[in-house]
Amino acid sequence: MIMETAVENKYTYKDFESDQEVRWCPGCDDYVILRSMQKALPEMGVKKEDVVFVSGIGCSSRFPYYIDTYGMHTIHGRAPAIASGVKLANPSLSVWVATGDGDAMAIGGNHFIHVLRRNIDLNIILFNNEIYGLTKGQFSPTSMVGQKTKSSPYGNTQPPFNPGELALGAGARFYGRISGNSPKDISQMLIDAHHFKGTSLIEVLQNCVIFNDGCYSNVTNKDVKEDKLIFLEHGKPMIFGKNRDKGLVLSNLKLEVVTIGENGITEDNILIHDAKEKDPTMHQMLVRLEYPLATGIIRSYNDLTLEEREAEVTKQVKANSKFKKIDDLFFSGETYKVE
Amino acid sequence: MIVEKSNIQSEALETVVIRFVGDSGDGMQLTGTQFTDTSAMFGNDIATFPNYPSEIRAPQGSLFGVSGFQVHIGSVEVSTPGDNLDLLVAMNPASLKTNLYALKPGHTIIVDTDAFNRKNLEKAQYKSNPLEDDTLNNYRVVKVDMTSLTREALKDIEGLDNKTITRSKNMFALGMVYWMYGRTTEYTIDFFKKKFRKEPLLIDVNTKVLKAGYNFAETLEFIPNAYSVSPAKMASGTYRVIMGNTATAWGFLAAAEKSGLELFLGSYPITPATDILHELVKHKHFGVKAFQAEDEIAGISSAIGAAFAGDLAITTTSGPGLALKGEALGLAIMMELPLVVVNVQRGGPSTGLPTKTEQSDLFQALYGRNGESPAIVIAASTPSNCFDFAFQAAKLALEHMTPVILLTDGYIANGSAPWRIQSVEELPEIKNNKVKEGADNWSPYIRNEKTLARNWAIPGTIGLEHRIGGLEKDSITGNVSQAPENHEIMTKIRAEKVKRVQDDIPEIKTEFATSGDLLVVGWGGTYGSLHSAVKQMNLVGYKNIGLAHFNYINPLPKNTGDLLTKFKKIVVCELNNGQFVNMLRMNFTGIEFLQYNKIQGLPFGNSELMEVFKKLIK
Repeated sequence: MIMETAVENKYTYKDFESDQEVRWCPGCDDYVILRSMQKALPEMGVKKEDVVFVSGIGCSSRFPYYIDTYGMHTIHGRAPAIASGVKLANPSLSVWVATGDGDAMAIGGNHFIHVLRRNIDLNIILFNNEIYGLTKGQFSPTSMVGQKTKSSPYGNTQPPFNPGELALGAGARFYGRISGNSPKDISQMLIDAHHFKGTSLIEVLQNCVIFNDGCYSNVTNKDVKEDKLIFLEHGKPMIFGKNRDKGLVLSNLKLEVVTIGENGITEDNILIHDAKEKDPTMHQMLVRLEYPLATGIIRSYNDLTLEEREAEVTKQVKANSKFKKIDDLFFSGETYKVE
Repeated sequence: MIVEKSNIQSEALETVVIRFVGDSGDGMQLTGTQFTDTSAMFGNDIATFPNYPSEIRAPQGSLFGVSGFQVHIGSVEVSTPGDNLDLLVAMNPASLKTNLYALKPGHTIIVDTDAFNRKNLEKAQYKSNPLEDDTLNNYRVVKVDMTSLTREALKDIEGLDNKTITRSKNMFALGMVYWMYGRTTEYTIDFFKKKFRKEPLLIDVNTKVLKAGYNFAETLEFIPNAYSVSPAKMASGTYRVIMGNTATAWGFLAAAEKSGLELFLGSYPITPATDILHELVKHKHFGVKAFQAEDEIAGISSAIGAAFAGDLAITTTSGPGLALKGEALGLAIMMELPLVVVNVQRGGPSTGLPTKTEQSDLFQALYGRNGESPAIVIAASTPSNCFDFAFQAAKLALEHMTPVILLTDGYIANGSAPWRIQSVEELPEIKNNKVKEGADNWSPYIRNEKTLARNWAIPGTIGLEHRIGGLEKDSITGNVSQAPENHEIMTKIRAEKVKRVQDDIPEIKTEFATSGDLLVVGWGGTYGSLHSAVKQMNLVGYKNIGLAHFNYINPLPKNTGDLLTKFKKIVVCELNNGQFVNMLRMNFTGIEFLQYNKIQGLPFGNSELMEVFKKLIK
């Protein structure tokens, strides 16, 4: 029974459903992310016993309970550190972190930036709903200035983080942003993140139906989505719009929206997205863009992972070491005999 | 050079206590370590006590910038660095001023007279030069122009800067002390050859100065050289000198090899625990994964992740770090994962006294977490048995599937002692609770009936996929459960599991007397002081004093209650305001416990303890 599931590519999403009842609010985007994940896993070519989900605290952090792999639901903000330990202990595992805006960028901010800096081969799914849901509606580090919440009844006065900007500043090698109402795109991005060697950060614009309903509707609703979002793909021109006639050009060190066919602009003038570029300057400009809001894989720069660097050093140390067993160490150097 | 009151007969001693003191840049730690290692090679028993300021380079010549290294050598068993000094080597006025109190009357001071200039005397707040007034009337003072003599010894080497010359004067002092105690310079010269392999000039400089000091002392008949401390009688075997922190690190290396697991350390630098990280990070050849994390919380969190993934996982810290790790430690208790947390205690609260010793984290180790969260707590008691208790901490964590807190302290962590090397083969077996694929009727919280340890299913094992977490779990399946009865059952299981560790730890034995007038009780790093004081009491005729020293704190050994009823009085001695004593009061309500406490960042003194014991016996 269990043995046959070990054969690659024989899984369906049902193999990744746990026996636990899913307890998010009806209509929450978290259901979309969960099902996208369950559908993506069979496509990754990974054995289910080699997958570990780690989470902290918050609505999103219930995620591991619902997926039938190994999992840990831990403490607030610490999932990246715990997941780092799992991966360093056994680099052959596929390790995932499910986290939210408060979990990752408030209480866990330190672990969040350091895991990105180190580039351990982990995949982090950031459920960004710009609010604290589980504690019933306080502003988070991504809530907008002026936003009225239970802890900011007169409007939030704390300016927010832009998660992509923070991540790239911390040295993220892989960053993608995706709308919470586009399951197929989410699945594909999860698969891409899995195959990327290094820390992958996927920010999902996730609607909270109870405490922050509609926070992304002005950009993600079906009727406006194509005009307000740009979906970036490596090697392709930065074009968007219902009629595919809007594009991005660089003008005075800023990104500017132009219309193809107006003022002599042709498709050749439009910037080509290079996600693999080492220099993050253009990626930073893209994550800061408000119109159109950039989605897709914005950065995917291949670099050595921490595990690879460690393995290389260890290999050299082992080759040069005179110690094969612990006893060799204990009896080395200055010792003396007492009869 | 002047030696006052020099017509003293040579004396043969069983033990000698020497303290090297100087400015924090004077190399006193190196001088002390070299003397220690040489004496150990000679076959002496030894105990050391480095005492240095928390500033890396405090202002030169200042009273608070004094750094010292005390070593006790003996032809008999030595269990403490000693209280009162037989010899004080003082490299400047500030170090003389702050250390003179410890020198026995009539005993020897060696000073560098060149350092007793007006500026240094002012910094040390001396109104007149103590070498010229009557301050030192009760001592033998050996005045040596050490800086000038060092310069003279190096005059043939061209191009030496002043700094290199003055910095090597500590070797002049060491050379003198070597001669006084009949030691040779060979070990230290070999040390120079290794240490300065890439700077041959420094080998030459240091060797010349060391020999100059040695020869200088030899040519002067004034210095009595009959402090001939013979080799001590110790159990046969191969020995080495080891520092407590190194012994801790090696205990974990041995436990990893013995258990067949890989060792993972998640740690953040903190005094005085960092040397364990320094040591383990060297041993990549054994597959050690030492991860320097971004903070204390990530240190323990990464270790928890590694424990889930099947490694022997440890984290190392000192008091403030343990406070930061508290929540994550609760998680490990809740998830029932094997984990060792080492707390090398220092003076607190807050930043407290980072480089000084204290035993004030006992309550934190026992109770410093939210909820009912029992942890196994054990304590090492000497620099060399840090090895045994690190090994034991790993064994208990793996066999009982719950976190273990290992307490050491700055005093034993930085102190060194001879260690009879134990090969991995002679160490006890370490089992673990790993479960293999294909296990029937498996669930994550199925327990070993005897120990109550749950089984350990490692990611990568087919068919055992499961989720655990910080929420209360069903007592069998491990699924989230908020059921009222279940929470009570689980709380009691976690407590009972720790209590059952009693079945796997040795009973405690009293030393010197099994019944009588007074039982001295201690725990952890004070063993040397308490042992030595009680032994001394016995030697001078007080035969009714026993010592019960605890290494196992939670749970206590099974026979603890019985043992406590055998004495008329019990005094619990601790370097805190009374923590273990209150734990005992709570556990043994019918027994009266007296207490003696010291909270000065310093170990107990021998005579201090003896006075206390004598008063209690009257």
